[in-house]
Amino acid sequence: MAERMDEVTVANKQAPVIEPGYTFGTVTDKISTIVLNRPTSTGWFVGFGVAFMLTMMMLFAIGYLVVKGTGIWGINIPIGWGFAIVNFVWWIGIGHAGTLISAILLLLRQSWRNSINRFAEAMTLFAVAAAGIFPLIHTGRPWLAYWLFPYPNTMNYWPQFRSPLLWDVFAVSTYFTISLLFWFVGLIPDLATLRDRSENRWAQMIYGTLAMGWRGSARHWHRYETMYLLLAGLATPLVLSVHTVVSFDFAIAIVPGWHTTIFPPYFVAGAIYSGFAMVLMLAIPIRTLYGLQDFITDRHLQNSAKVMLATGWIVAYGYGIEAFMGWYSGNRNDSFLLWNRLHGPYAFFYFLLLLCNIGIPQVLWIRKLRTNTVALFFVSLVILVGMWLERFVIVVMSLHRDFLNSSWGMYYPTRWDWMTYIGTIGMFLAAMFLFVRILPMISIFEMRTLLPEAEVKPE
Amino acid sequence: MKTTPIYGIMAEFDSASDLVAAARKTHEAGYRKIDAYSPFPVEELAEAIGFHKNRVPLVTLIGAIIGGVSGYLMQYWIAAVDYPVNVGGRPFHSWPSFIVVTFEMTILFGGIFAVLGMLALNGLPMPYHPVFNVPRFAMATKDRFFLIVFSTDAKYKPGEVRQFLESLGPRSISEVPS
Repeated sequence: MAERMDEVTVANKQAPVIEPGYTFGTVTDKISTIVLNRPTSTGWFVGFGVAFMLTMMMLFAIGYLVVKGTGIWGINIPIGWGFAIVNFVWWIGIGHAGTLISAILLLLRQSWRNSINRFAEAMTLFAVAAAGIFPLIHTGRPWLAYWLFPYPNTMNYWPQFRSPLLWDVFAVSTYFTISLLFWFVGLIPDLATLRDRSENRWAQMIYGTLAMGWRGSARHWHRYETMYLLLAGLATPLVLSVHTVVSFDFAIAIVPGWHTTIFPPYFVAGAIYSGFAMVLMLAIPIRTLYGLQDFITDRHLQNSAKVMLATGWIVAYGYGIEAFMGWYSGNRNDSFLLWNRLHGPYAFFYFLLLLCNIGIPQVLWIRKLRTNTVALFFVSLVILVGMWLERFVIVVMSLHRDFLNSSWGMYYPTRWDWMTYIGTIGMFLAAMFLFVRILPMISIFEMRTLLPEAEVKPE
Repeated sequence: MKTTPIYGIMAEFDSASDLVAAARKTHEAGYRKIDAYSPFPVEELAEAIGFHKNRVPLVTLIGAIIGGVSGYLMQYWIAAVDYPVNVGGRPFHSWPSFIVVTFEMTILFGGIFAVLGMLALNGLPMPYHPVFNVPRFAMATKDRFFLIVFSTDAKYKPGEVRQFLESLGPRSISEVPS
């Protein structure tokens, strides 16, 4: 099925995908022990506690929003799409790396993905959940959000299918559903492992129920593998479509800076860029804290860094084309947009964006820094900030000075904007903390297939 | 022996290679109602036990077609028949605008059919199964490999099957009560 580690290592003189010396049994024990036997550390409680408090802050901010309305945010005409849309696009972009790792790298037979796909998929789910909050509360009346779905109703009304905002509803909800399915079916064989290895009655019942009676029959595996490949094949165009549709929210409009054809590919590349940064920011502390360096090796970190370099340059190309079109189009509004980015009131953020997304990440060309976890962690953080700024530049800087000088304005986020944003980071982290505690964060059965003993020798 | 009904006789092996070899021999010996269990997918195993018919791709295709067709028709009916709204003079049946949702519905239904189809064809969820009665079978989700000959097999005779399985050099042999 997958490339075995010895061939890869010898051929490329690289760090192995999994350190030598493991057997089916020790791989199983090492990963399942984290969930089943390892006592919950104080650090986990502290980390989860902080993340949980931030989640509560988010709920408070949303509660106040529901009572007062969107006026508590910094948005107003002309900038009606403030933090809510910036954060929505940022979060949904982060999610893309999970699907890329689990689906696209599976189809490309990149076996190194096997140890990071599980938590990258979990990251996708939680990131999409965090993203989904924003358009919902940005409607101002989240309790009526179901109006977006086409269902027969007494108002004699149907949604407008020519609107990219409605396409977004379908794209994001499909993406969430497929990501959830992908993640859950990937878990089934491992849940069966936990069911069989747990000594706690409740754990046996819960894992057993979720495993649905999986017993590893050859017939089951055969259908399972087919299904998994098909799902990967479906998720691949899906993940590319989701951020494309998100970019349509902008590109279909006529606002200068939004109405460009470069948006879909440049959004998708940016999504993968920020997503891999988040994968690294999670993988680096997780592998250290849980002693998983043998499974999440330097090879994984290096490969992720290389993906970031590649997608970072696609993003840089996008910025270049935007600037070029501002000059080459001869359109006054487009030229002004470029001028405004370089000299306008938000110019600082544009230059910071260039520094974070194009400047600093170039240090990843240096092999020594790609293997230095501390450096990699900080570069990832810088990229995440940069990608957030990119969305800020696109949303706010395009809206604040459009066609008519009389309708220009400024946008300043309020404390409620910040509380909601930081709160979703807390919610995301709280969910990740729970995930690593109660579910196997590395796919056990896929790790088994990487071992040399998994190979069937011809008689 | 005849007092408790027997579901089958199960042999335990140490490695995937042994299991595949044993499954091949069992199938060659004429046993047809057999199954093999492994802690990870072993490509050769399905073929070794004589399993070829896999309907998951067909189910997925049907799901994707249902999703795509119904997605497009839904939009056509809403935008052109039941609730026509003039948006900037565009035709009511403005098909380019309907592509995105059609695509998403294709993927959504294809994916759901693939997963539910796999589970249904595998007969899951099935919380109880006779093989779980064998205590050693708990290792099937860790590092052991099992082969079973079901008592419903035409050639099944308890003594003979046991003898045959023993000739394959297993680690252990157990009877599976049903």
